[in-house]
Amino acid sequence: MDKTTGKPAVQHKNPLARTLLEKLDYDQLTNCMRCGFCLPACPTFSETGMEPASPRGRIAMMKAAVDGIMVPDQQFEDQMSLCLGCRACEPACPADVKYGQLIEQTREAIEEHASHSLPVKVVRRTVFKHLFPKRGSLKLLGGSLSLYQKSGLRRAVRSTGMMKLLPRSLSEMEAVLPEASSKGVVERLGTFYPAQGEPIAKVALFRGCIMDVMFANTNVNTVELLSAAGFDVYIPESQVCCGALHAHSGEMKDARKLAATNIDTFKQLEIDYIVSNAGGCGALLVEYDHLMQEDAAYRDPAQWFASRVVDVSTLVVEKGRIPTFAQPEAPLQDSKLKVTYQDSCHLRNVMKGASAPRVLMKQVANTEFVEMAEADRCCGSAGIYNIVQPEMAGSILEHKMEHANNTQAGFMLTSNPGCLLQMKLGIEQHSCNHDMQAMHIVDFLHERMVKSQ
Amino acid sequence: MLNETAVRQLRECVGETYFRTDQEALIAHSYDGTPMLQALPDGVIYPKSTEQVSEIMKIASSHRIPVVTRGSGSNLCGGTVPLQGGIVMVMHRMNRILEVDLDNLTAVVQPGVITGQLISHVEGLGLFYPPDPSSMKISTIGGNIAECSGGLRGLKYGTTKDYVLGLTAVRADGSILVTGGKLTKDVAGYDLTKLLVGSEGTLAVITEAILKLIPYPKTKKTMVAMYKDIYGAARTVSSIIQQQIIPATLEILDHPTIRVVDDFANIGLPLDMAAILIIEQDGEPEVVERDIAKIQQICREELADRIEVAQDRQEAEQLLTARRSAFTALARLRPTTILEDATVPRSKIAEMILRTNAIAQKYNVNIATFGHAGDGNLHPTATTDARDLEEVHRVEEAFAEIFEAAIELGGTITGEHGVGVVKAPYLEWKVGEAGIEVMQGIKHAFDPLNILNPDKIFAKERKKRVVIQRG
Repeated sequence: MDKTTGKPAVQHKNPLARTLLEKLDYDQLTNCMRCGFCLPACPTFSETGMEPASPRGRIAMMKAAVDGIMVPDQQFEDQMSLCLGCRACEPACPADVKYGQLIEQTREAIEEHASHSLPVKVVRRTVFKHLFPKRGSLKLLGGSLSLYQKSGLRRAVRSTGMMKLLPRSLSEMEAVLPEASSKGVVERLGTFYPAQGEPIAKVALFRGCIMDVMFANTNVNTVELLSAAGFDVYIPESQVCCGALHAHSGEMKDARKLAATNIDTFKQLEIDYIVSNAGGCGALLVEYDHLMQEDAAYRDPAQWFASRVVDVSTLVVEKGRIPTFAQPEAPLQDSKLKVTYQDSCHLRNVMKGASAPRVLMKQVANTEFVEMAEADRCCGSAGIYNIVQPEMAGSILEHKMEHANNTQAGFMLTSNPGCLLQMKLGIEQHSCNHDMQAMHIVDFLHERMVKSQ
Repeated sequence: MLNETAVRQLRECVGETYFRTDQEALIAHSYDGTPMLQALPDGVIYPKSTEQVSEIMKIASSHRIPVVTRGSGSNLCGGTVPLQGGIVMVMHRMNRILEVDLDNLTAVVQPGVITGQLISHVEGLGLFYPPDPSSMKISTIGGNIAECSGGLRGLKYGTTKDYVLGLTAVRADGSILVTGGKLTKDVAGYDLTKLLVGSEGTLAVITEAILKLIPYPKTKKTMVAMYKDIYGAARTVSSIIQQQIIPATLEILDHPTIRVVDDFANIGLPLDMAAILIIEQDGEPEVVERDIAKIQQICREELADRIEVAQDRQEAEQLLTARRSAFTALARLRPTTILEDATVPRSKIAEMILRTNAIAQKYNVNIATFGHAGDGNLHPTATTDARDLEEVHRVEEAFAEIFEAAIELGGTITGEHGVGVVKAPYLEWKVGEAGIEVMQGIKHAFDPLNILNPDKIFAKERKKRVVIQRG
C-alpha cells in the first residue's frame, strides 16, 4: 500500500478553509502530539486558562479547519490574532513542532480573505506598503516626529488633551517614545567603521528601520561596541526593513520582497557575520532560509544569509574581545548597582541567544545582575501586538512589572526596541520604583565602556 | 446536542463565561495526549467549587448528559476524550493549594493544581511530595489522582495512591462524598479513598484531596552504568534490590533508545551498548555514599562496560540528560509517537525488553523501550505516522502482542497511564471475567446512569481502538 502522508482530500466550501488547506504545513500539524508541554510556556494560556488560547489549542483548530471538522469563523481568526508570536512554545515542544511557521501560514491565509474596515485598511497600507519598506518615508517620519517632539508642538498637543482622542494604547505609547531622528547610523558614521586592534572578523550591521529612526543612537553604540570588541563593521546603505512585522501579520509577499533586497545587498559584501541588535528583526533574518524556500533563485543565497545572522551580544561574547565596562561604586556602602533583564522572546526562543546578554551584564564592574522571575516570558510588546491587543498586552505587562519591581533593580535592560518601549511603559504605569530606567543593553554597556576608556 | 433547558441551567450555574458551546471550545476539548483519537463534546464547563460541581452533576443526571472531567488533558490512554459527547468539565479554575499542615505533614489541594507547582511549593517548606510523573510540569493533581500516576521515584517512594489520605468527591447524582482524612490509620469500612484513586473519572468527580507529605531527603547522588549485555543490566537491577538497597530512581534505556537519544542530544553515548542504567539514591549523606559505593560494586560484578558517578549537581544533570531526552528524541523521529506502559515484575525486565524488540521486528515497526527498571514499569514507544493506516495497524498488532507478553511474564497492561479507551480491549486479559464483573458492579453502585466518563475502562467488545477521527 502506498504511504498516505499528504494532506487530507477534503473539498472545502469555505474559502478560508480552502486557503488554509493550501498554505498550512500538514506534516507540522500532524507532528503535534498534543502532549501539552507548550501550555505553561504560553503567556495567553496563562492569562486566560483557556485551552483555545494555547499553542496546542490553536494547532488543533488549524488542523480541524483543514480537516473540515470546523469552519474557520471570526472566533478562529480572533484566536489566531491573540497569539503573541513569542515562540516560547517551540523550545518547550518535545516534537519540535514549528509553531511559528504554522501561525504565520494561518495569518497569511486569513489576510488573503480579510475585509478590514477602512481605517484599518489605511493604517495597514500606510505601515506595510509605504512606511516600513521605504527608508525615505521613515526618515521623513523620523524627521517630522523629531520636529513634533522638539518644536513644542508635542507639549502643546499634550496640554490640549488631543491625545485623549487616540486609542489609549497609542497615546500611552506616545508618552514613552524616545526622541526620533532623521539622521541614521550611516549619516553619522558612514558605511565602514574599522576594528580597534587586530580585526577578528568582518561583520555587517543590520540597522533595521524603526531602530534607525527611533533608536539611531543604539545603532551607533552597537557599531562602536563591535569595533571595540575587534570587528570591522560594514553598514550597507541599500539595506531595507527586515519584513518581520509584515510576516507576523500575514503580509508574506511584502516580507519576501524586502528579504530579497536585503539578501542582494549583504551578499555583495565579503562578510563573516550579519549583526542584529533587535531580537524581533534577528529572528526573521535568521529564518530567511525558511521564508525564501519556495523561491529557487533565492534558496541558496537565503541560506548563506541566515547562517551568518547573529545577535550583537552573542557575537561579542562568543567571538569578540569583551571590552572593559566601568561602573563607579554605588553611593551606599556595599550596595552594588542592581541590573535586571527582560529577554527578547525572539532572541531567546528563535536565535537561542539568552545567555550572552547575561554574561555581558555580569562583566560590568561593581554591578549585581539580578535575574527577574519569568524574565523569559513575553512582556506583551510583540511587534504591534500592544497596539492591536491592548487588553491582553496590558494584563501581561502588569504581571511582568510585579516581577520587575521585586528585583529592586536600577536598570531594566532589553535587547529589542519593542520590549524596551514596553518596559518604559511598564515603569511609567506600574513601577513603585520610578528610578528604574529601561535601556537597550548595548546603550548601557556602551556608556560604561566609554567611561573606562 | 444538549437540550435548551440543560444549557440554560448550566449557564445559570457557572455564569456565561464558564459554560461554552462554541466551535472553538468544542474543538479544543476534543483530544488529549493520546494519538489518533478525537471526539467532540457538546459543551465545556469550568466549575470553581465543590458546590458548583455538585450542581452540575445534578443537572447532568436529570438530563442524562455524559460528563468527562479534565485537568490538562495530558494523559495517554484516551481517558479525557469525550467519546459520547456531553460535557467536558475542566478543573483549571479550582487550582488552589488550600493548606500545608506542618503538624500533620499534609497538604490540602484542589484538583486543578499543577503537580510541579505543588512539588515546588512544598519543597520550599522543606517537605517532599514524591510522585513525579514526567508530565508534572503540566499535569494536574486531580488528573494524577484519577489516573494514579507514577513516575521515576515509584520504586522507593510509591505512586500517587500512597500519598492520598482523603478525598472530597461528587457522585454522579450530585451528592458529596468525603473519604479518609489527615489519618495514617483509618479502617472505617471499605477504603473508598484508594478506590477512587485510579478510577479514571468513572466513579466520582474529585474536588479536593488531602495529600501526605514526607521530610525532604538531605542529599542525592546520581550515577550511570552501561552494559553490552542487557542481562547484565537486568541482573544489576535484581542484585541491587536483593542486597536490600532501594534506590530513589533506577531507570533503563534500551539500545534503540540510546541510538535515538544520542542522535538527538549529541552527548557521546557509546552506540554499542545494549542498555544504560541511570541510578539515583537520596537520603542521609552517609547512607547515600554507602549505597552508591555498593551499587558501583554490583555494576562491576555484572560487567558494566562504563560506570560514571556524578560529583556534583551539575554533573548529575548531565548524566540525567540521556533519560530526560528519551521522550523528546523519540517524539522527533516520526509525526506520531505512541508511548505505552506495559509493566512486569522487576526480575523480568530483560526478557520483556528482548521480547519487545523481537515483536517490533516481527511486525516491522519501530519500537524503542525505556522506563523505570526498578519497578518493572517499561515504556515501549512506537514511532509511526498516523496517516499511514497500514503501518499504524501493524503497530497496534505489535502492542497487543506486547501486552500479552507482559501478562504472561506476570505483569500488567498499564503501570501508570490508565486503561481509558486504549487498553479497554485488553483489561479482561489482566483481571479476568470475575474482575470485570466486580468492577462493573462498583461502577454501577457509584454511577447507575453511566454518565461519568462512559465508554472508558470497560470495552464493549474486544476490538481495536475506537478511532473517530485520525486526529
